[in-house]
Amino acid sequence: MPRIFRTGWMSIQPKQRIGDMKILKLKKKDLFPFLEVISREAELWAPVVKPSGPPSDTATDTYWAELAKREKCSFERIRDFSKIAMNTTRTIIPPKKIMVPSCFNTFNSTTKGYKEDFSHVKDRILFGIRSCDIHGLLFLDKLFSQVYPDPYYLETRKKTLILGLSCFPDEYCFCKSTHTHIVEEGYDLFFTDLGGYFLVWIGSSRGDDLIRLQPDLFDENLTEKDIQTYIQWQEKRDAAFQTEVNFIRMPDLMELNYKAPFWEEVGAACLACGSCTMVCPDCNCYDIFDKQFLGDRPGQRLRCWDSCTLPKYSEVAGGENFREHKSQRLKLWYTHKLQAFVSKYGKPSCVGCGRCLVTCPVQINVKTVAAALEGHPVEAFWKRLSKEVTK
Amino acid sequence: MNGENKSTADLNPFLPEPARIVRTYHLTSDVKFFQVRFVDMDKALSFKYKPGQFAMVSILGVGEAPFCISSTPSRPGLLEFCIRKAGTVTSALFGLIENSLLGLRGPYGNGFPVERMTGKNILIVEGGMGVAPLRSVLLYSLDNRDQFGRVSVLYGAKRPSEMIFDEEYFALKTRSDLECYLAVDADDTGKWTENIGVVTTLFRHLKKVDPENTYALVCGPPIMYKFVIKELIKLNIPKDQILMTLERRMKCGVGKCGHCAIDYIYTCLDGPVFNYWDVLHMRELI
Repeated sequence: MPRIFRTGWMSIQPKQRIGDMKILKLKKKDLFPFLEVISREAELWAPVVKPSGPPSDTATDTYWAELAKREKCSFERIRDFSKIAMNTTRTIIPPKKIMVPSCFNTFNSTTKGYKEDFSHVKDRILFGIRSCDIHGLLFLDKLFSQVYPDPYYLETRKKTLILGLSCFPDEYCFCKSTHTHIVEEGYDLFFTDLGGYFLVWIGSSRGDDLIRLQPDLFDENLTEKDIQTYIQWQEKRDAAFQTEVNFIRMPDLMELNYKAPFWEEVGAACLACGSCTMVCPDCNCYDIFDKQFLGDRPGQRLRCWDSCTLPKYSEVAGGENFREHKSQRLKLWYTHKLQAFVSKYGKPSCVGCGRCLVTCPVQINVKTVAAALEGHPVEAFWKRLSKEVTK
Repeated sequence: MNGENKSTADLNPFLPEPARIVRTYHLTSDVKFFQVRFVDMDKALSFKYKPGQFAMVSILGVGEAPFCISSTPSRPGLLEFCIRKAGTVTSALFGLIENSLLGLRGPYGNGFPVERMTGKNILIVEGGMGVAPLRSVLLYSLDNRDQFGRVSVLYGAKRPSEMIFDEEYFALKTRSDLECYLAVDADDTGKWTENIGVVTTLFRHLKKVDPENTYALVCGPPIMYKFVIKELIKLNIPKDQILMTLERRMKCGVGKCGHCAIDYIYTCLDGPVFNYWDVLHMRELI
C-alpha cells in the first residue's frame, strides 16, 4: 500500500498547480469506499452535525429563534462516514482550528533552554472543506509564510490534505461578493456535487496520489452532458445568493467614515466577547503564555487564540491601553476585514462565509457594518441596543 | 515522526537563544540597566542590528517581552537594555542577578534609517524612558562622528533622580563636537544646575537649525510628542525627517500575532520607527 505521508516528497506548494488540471467523475455510492481507502493513510476529518440543545424559551426574538433552529456543524475526526454532513454550509469554527489549534504548546522549556514541540502536528485529511474556507486557508498561508515563516503552521499545512466539497449558499452566505465561491488553488481534491455523481478536480500532485489509491472508482470520460450539468449547477448556485456586500467600495468608505458616529453605536452595543474573531477563517491573532509545572516536568510556551475585540488586546505593561474603547477595537477589526488587506494584498480579508452573521449576538457583522458604511438604514440588534445602553 | 523535522527547526523564528546577564545595576529606583551576551560567542559577535531595532527577551517560565536595544552596533559583542519595572516579565528580570540565563531573539523592526541620515545633522529630543532606544543611535553617531553633521541632544526628565544615564549625559556636555541640553520638570534636590522645565523649553538654546539637512529623532512619553512635534514643525523640519519610535503590545515580533497591528502595518515589521507623515497618515499611531 502506498504510504502517501511517508514518501518524503511532501513539499506542498499550495499556490502551485502542476500541469493541466485533471477532472474525473465519481459516483455518489463510491464516495464512502474511497474515503475508507484514504482514511487508512491518515486521520480523516469532516463536518458533522452537532446535536442541538433543547429549544430556548428565552429566544423570543425571531432572529435568535431562527438561529437556534439551525443545524450546526463542526469539523471532527470521522470514524463513521455516514455521520459526515454533506449538505451543510459553514461549520461553527472554520478549519483553521486544525491548522492553528486554539491552544498548543510551541516550546518545552527546561533549565537547558527551549526545545520545539510539534506534537500537535498530525497527518490529516480534511474532507468537506467549502470553497470559502479554502480561501481562508490561502489567506493564512500568505500570512504565516511571509517574512518570517512560521514553522508550526507550515508543518501542519504540509501534513494536511485538503479535500474540498461544493456547497449551496444559504441566506447568510456572501462568498460571491468576495469572489471566494470559486476555487482555483489551495486544494488537493475538490468534489463538485452534481446530483448523482461528483466532479472531482485534482488540484495537486498529492491529490493525484489519493486517486491512485483506488483508481477504478473514478471515471475519466467527461461528456458534453457533464459540462452542461456543471454549468447549470453553477448558474443555479450563483442565482441563489441572498446576501451581497459591495467590497470594492469599502476601503474608501472606511476612510471617509473614520469619525462616523455609528462607530460609537456599534462600540456601545458590542459585548467584546471575541466570537466574531474566533469564527472568522481569516483571523489569526494569538497570545503567548508561559506555563510552569511542579516537579521536573518541562515548562511550556503556549500559543492560544486571542481576539482584537477583547479589552486587553492592545494593553502594554504599565497599563497604557492603545485601544481602550470597544469602538476603537471594532474599528481595527473592520479596518482589517474591509480596508487594510485590500491595499496590501488586493483583496479583503473576508471570505464571505457568513460566520459573523450567524455568530454575533448583537448582529455586528460585515453585512450590517458595510450597510452602515454605505449610509443605508440598518436594521440590526446593535442599533436598538446602543440606544438602550447610551440612554 | 513528529518534531523531528530538522530543516524547519533551524529556521524557527520563535526560538530564543541562550544569553547571559553580564552586568546589571539600577539606573533609577525603577529602571535597571542590563548588559547581556549570547552564550554562543560566534552568535554574540555576528549579531547584526541597527540602532532603533528591538529584541525579544524570554525568561524561562515567566514569558517573553519586546525591548529596544540601547547599545550601539558599532560596539559589537554585548547587548544593552534599559528596562523599567512595569509588568510580569520586567519584574522577573529585576530579580535576576549577574550571570543569570535569559532567552534572546531578534533583532526585529526597521530601526533608524542611519544610511539616509549619513551626512545630515541629528537632533535628538527625548523624555524619560525615551532615552532607551535613542541611546543606540546617539552612541552610533558618536562612534561614527565624522559621518554626521551637527549632533544636538535635548533630554528632559521629571526629577534629577529619574534622569537615566545622567553621568553619560553630563560627560557629553563637556564635549565640543555636540550640543547637549538637559532639563528636569522639578528639582527636588536643590543641587540641579541645568534647566528647569519641560523638554520643549530647551529648544530656545539650540543654535541655528538647518531644517532641510536635519533629522529629528523623538522618543518619550505619549504626552510629549504633541508638544515636541509642534516645536519641530516651527523649525521647518520636513515631516518625513521627524522620526519617532513607538511602543505597542507585541507577542511575536515577527508579524504573526497581530497585537501591534495598525491599519495594514505591523509595528514589529514596519516600525517601531515611524516618521511624522506616517503618524498623520495612520491615525492610530500616537
